[in-house]
Amino acid sequence: MSAPIKTPAAETLPRPAGLAGLASDWASDQRTFKNVSWGKAMMWIFLLSDTFVFGCFLLAYMAARMSTTVPWPNPSEVFALEIGGTHMPLILIAIMTFVLISSSGTMAMAVNCGYRRDRRKTAILMLVTALFGATFVGMQAFEWSKLISEGVRPWGNPWGAAQFGSSFFMITGFHGTHVTIGVIFLLIVARKVWRGDYDTERRGFFTSRKGRYEIVEITGLYWHFVDLVWVFIFAFFYLW
Amino acid sequence: MVDVRSGIGEALPPPEVEDVELYHPHSWWTKYVFSQDAKIIAIQYATTAIAIGMVALVLSWLMRLQLGFPGTFDFIDADAYYQFITMHGMIMVIYLLTALFLGGFGNYLIPLMVGARDMVFPYANMLSYWIYLLAVLVLVASFFAPGGPTGAGWTLYPPQAVLSGTPGGKDWGIILMLASLIIFIIGFTMGGLNYVVTVLQGRARGMTLMRLPLTVWGIFTATVMALLAFPALFVACVMMLFDRLLGTSFFMPAIVEMGEQLQHGGGSPILFQHLFWFFGHPEVYIVALPAFGIVSDLISTHARKNIFGYRMMVWAIVIIGGLSFIVWAHHMYVSGMNPYFGFFFATTTLIIAVPTAIKVYNWVLTLWRGNIHLTLPMLFALGFIVTFVNGGLTGLFLGNVVVDVPLSDTMFVVAHFHMVMGVAPIMVIFGAIYHWYPKMTGRMLNEALGQIHFWVTFLGAYLIFFPMHYVGLVGVPRRYYELGEMAFVQDSVHSLNAFISVMALIVGAAQIVFLFNLAWSVRHGRDAGGNPWRATTLEWQTPETPPAHGNWGKELPVVYRWAYDYSVPGAAEDFIPQNQPTPGLVTHEASS
Repeated sequence: MSAPIKTPAAETLPRPAGLAGLASDWASDQRTFKNVSWGKAMMWIFLLSDTFVFGCFLLAYMAARMSTTVPWPNPSEVFALEIGGTHMPLILIAIMTFVLISSSGTMAMAVNCGYRRDRRKTAILMLVTALFGATFVGMQAFEWSKLISEGVRPWGNPWGAAQFGSSFFMITGFHGTHVTIGVIFLLIVARKVWRGDYDTERRGFFTSRKGRYEIVEITGLYWHFVDLVWVFIFAFFYLW
Repeated sequence: MVDVRSGIGEALPPPEVEDVELYHPHSWWTKYVFSQDAKIIAIQYATTAIAIGMVALVLSWLMRLQLGFPGTFDFIDADAYYQFITMHGMIMVIYLLTALFLGGFGNYLIPLMVGARDMVFPYANMLSYWIYLLAVLVLVASFFAPGGPTGAGWTLYPPQAVLSGTPGGKDWGIILMLASLIIFIIGFTMGGLNYVVTVLQGRARGMTLMRLPLTVWGIFTATVMALLAFPALFVACVMMLFDRLLGTSFFMPAIVEMGEQLQHGGGSPILFQHLFWFFGHPEVYIVALPAFGIVSDLISTHARKNIFGYRMMVWAIVIIGGLSFIVWAHHMYVSGMNPYFGFFFATTTLIIAVPTAIKVYNWVLTLWRGNIHLTLPMLFALGFIVTFVNGGLTGLFLGNVVVDVPLSDTMFVVAHFHMVMGVAPIMVIFGAIYHWYPKMTGRMLNEALGQIHFWVTFLGAYLIFFPMHYVGLVGVPRRYYELGEMAFVQDSVHSLNAFISVMALIVGAAQIVFLFNLAWSVRHGRDAGGNPWRATTLEWQTPETPPAHGNWGKELPVVYRWAYDYSVPGAAEDFIPQNQPTPGLVTHEASS
């Protein structure tokens, strides 16, 4: 399909300097962001949109927390564990955060290996990332069941404002869903990497487009975003 | 008079991306039903939107029957009336206008106008339509659910939306409504990402941002806005769904309902209003900006003149898009929020009038000394300008806090809103369909039927909504099932209401003429040829009409000029297509 396109004898226009140059680069033909592929651009814009989703969730939670007349349960106490007789506030959340941040590290390494076309290492690092992600979701499930066993429900809890439980289940649930979707995608992409789909440019089952190693980076963008969101949830829900 | 200079079309950068590979359908199913071709998807979107829009039209008839002739129709009781207004509003705003402008025109026009083969991710684009269809089906399902659809008003304000006094509040109505919106937003996001990335990263060689037709600018900006505004609605819907299903109290204060203390407490109904209108106000411009863009192209093409102040028009679109995110609380002057908010939001609201007025001036100045052809698209474009000015002026009343407070929740608001966001964009939709139908089908729509459609719709809309302003100024509240014996309501209001209802029936019937025209002309319309309006933009330069899969045949188009080279001195024709090199020929394009 890509027949050569005949170009009339080209005369080059002088390129403007400074701010005008920046503007003309952005406004130039074909692509606004040079060297950014369609998939990557699409993921960035999706993440911008998703930022607004999480932003609205967090703002709504903050509005509820600030306007409630009943005292808000103390998260340090609610999320404390007794380990070996020691009372440790937020210990589980600290471990969960550590696990998720570590998974960002292995993801970044996977992207690096992907561009080196190191099939084996990429797949293994992605699997490790997925494993970290699954661990995170598993610990979240433990945290949920612990809170539920202590009587926390979306509509109420033993310690104070009912909005505590509602916001907790809604926000961590929505974030956990994101992590779960990320794990699923990591596994799918890792399998394709392992099989060598991106070396042979095998076509996608649904899209019939050629597979490229770039998808590893795009998956990584999503994964890092989910991590970053967790940092905000950690700061605004657990530490506040 | 016009700044003309010699062509700049000769200098072209080399192609940056290789030509895309498209999915080639193998069967009837993948070609016409599960199609990944943006043009087919556009027609699917448009057909579904118009079909559900007809439901909303019938609902508006039923509402007007009740308002014009209260007590005459037994089957319209108060509950049914509220269900009608709610579903009419929601369908029109979301499922018709948003879906038709972005999913319909966006899908059809963006790839063609920017010179692309298709959207960047056709598969996600196809999913977008099917998820949209699912959202529509869930919405329609609520008509058949126990208790019927929700009657909470299209704004779905809690706490009433989920209480038993509201139709569907304790039944399936509100649940299906919220679920349908959530599904719609997911589907829209898939399409919206496609439209944005196609405009940003998928343009033809030579198609710089400042050579894009204003249609693309309008749809592009609106899509970006939608991607940032719909999240607020998504969150609000999820939270209200939890309030209704799980018994949470995000939006529910302590409430006694029918003498019984409910289990809710501590929530904030105003929070919902903030979330809703953070979506709701940009939504007005999500519908208006594509209309602005399309009408600019219609006027320029049918007045055979370059658009006046192209750069100003682009910046006005972008600035309106930005400002519309910081005006939302002007819908909430009477909500009991902090009065200082009102000051801020009234100021930002009135500032929006500046870029908007620039656009109106530029449309009129484009017409000035143009070679105006009173074709159907032009008639609708002119109808749009006057209607938009009328609706916009009453917006100045409602944007001011002190004037808004007495007018709030009266029929004046209904009249204003329908003029500016109902009639005006729908005028553009009609104009756009008359304009692009020849490209979609290869045949012209019937002119005589179109004239009937235009004049009845245009004059009828004024006969409906002008009296409604007066009814509102007298103080008649909106959303009242019947007025009864209120002392301040004169007899004239009752007769006006009857008059409005009759006009609404007539205008609605005129749309059947339009639908008949659409169906009839597919086979029997006059042959259109490739470029019946002698327009410059790329979609008219395709090798085939209607354009084949992949749009451009073997070679992608190369763009040498902007979209508005009409009546250029020295040119053989009164238009020069964007992909025509013609070295040495002058252009009206502004220097960059």
